[in-house]
Amino acid sequence: MKTEIVWMIIGMGLVTYIPRMLPFVLFKGKELPPFIQGVLKNVPYATLGALIFPAILFIQKGDVWYGVLGAAAAFIAAFLGANVIVVVLGSITVLALYSYLM
Amino acid sequence: MADLAIGRESSEFKRGLQAGISIGIGYFPIALTFGLLAKTSGLSIYETVLMSLIVFAGASQYISLSLIAYGTGIFEIILTTFIVNIRHFLMSTSLNEKCEEDHLINKLVYSFGITDETFSVVATKEGKATTGFMFGVISVSYFSWVVCSGVGHLIGASLPQTLQESMGVALYAMFIGLLVPSMKRSAKVIFLALLGAVFNSIFTIGHVMAQGWAIVTATLLASMIIEIAEVIKTRYRGVNHED
Repeated sequence: MKTEIVWMIIGMGLVTYIPRMLPFVLFKGKELPPFIQGVLKNVPYATLGALIFPAILFIQKGDVWYGVLGAAAAFIAAFLGANVIVVVLGSITVLALYSYLM
Repeated sequence: MADLAIGRESSEFKRGLQAGISIGIGYFPIALTFGLLAKTSGLSIYETVLMSLIVFAGASQYISLSLIAYGTGIFEIILTTFIVNIRHFLMSTSLNEKCEEDHLINKLVYSFGITDETFSVVATKEGKATTGFMFGVISVSYFSWVVCSGVGHLIGASLPQTLQESMGVALYAMFIGLLVPSMKRSAKVIFLALLGAVFNSIFTIGHVMAQGWAIVTATLLASMIIEIAEVIKTRYRGVNHED
């Protein structure tokens, strides 16, 4: 292993770990103001929206509809109450069929 | 009593493992491709696996490869990694409220495994997240990420193109699968997700800011706007009620 690369990896690991770990130390056993608590409870759903869009539209270069179809398949399966794993596998299957047929 | 406690922890761990399976599936094509790209970027298999072991953050690992290929300096690569991964600070702050009280040591260990995906699974779970559950979700994800990175480098080829492309949807489908049940229960969740998506799309497509900051800013803006709207709504109702 090249020492330079190893140092780079250790550095990357540190700067990635610190933001992940710090809140557990900083806010341990502390009661945050109610407004902040409310905002933090909202964070997961806003994050999910931001993680899905716009990235899902670009999973296949040049064909936005590929992503739209995948999103629609997942949304319908989830809306009908399917388990997350079924949603994932269903969406993959629909897109595999789409590529196969196109 | 001790037996009971251990039994509860192990069943929580198992539930975590089960909840993490879709992450394991979703990481498969991405980690495989990472291993392949790492090989073409000139990293050895040990360096590739070491990076997945120590960093465990997909997007920044991909970016580091293209920076290495450009001949970018180490310091700049580390700085870019920091910016790309700063969003985890917000996720951990949110999870700190969600996770059960426990020794700081346990939290220091499992916080290493907080990624977009493990965060999403834990944060959308009902009720408090136990330490066992955290370790379960993270174990499957970490295992899949590290092993598949190595396998990608080893076989030096990705999946057949159609399968590779269709599997690329896996993590997004998982995010949708986690989000929709909560959307069905609450209009607030629908607004939060929509606002987060709209802000992030504007920031990303409009090249307003780097992607690392785009997600953090979009999330914070959406979460604060909806919370302020909620506070105003309850106050307004309160005033009406007094009348």
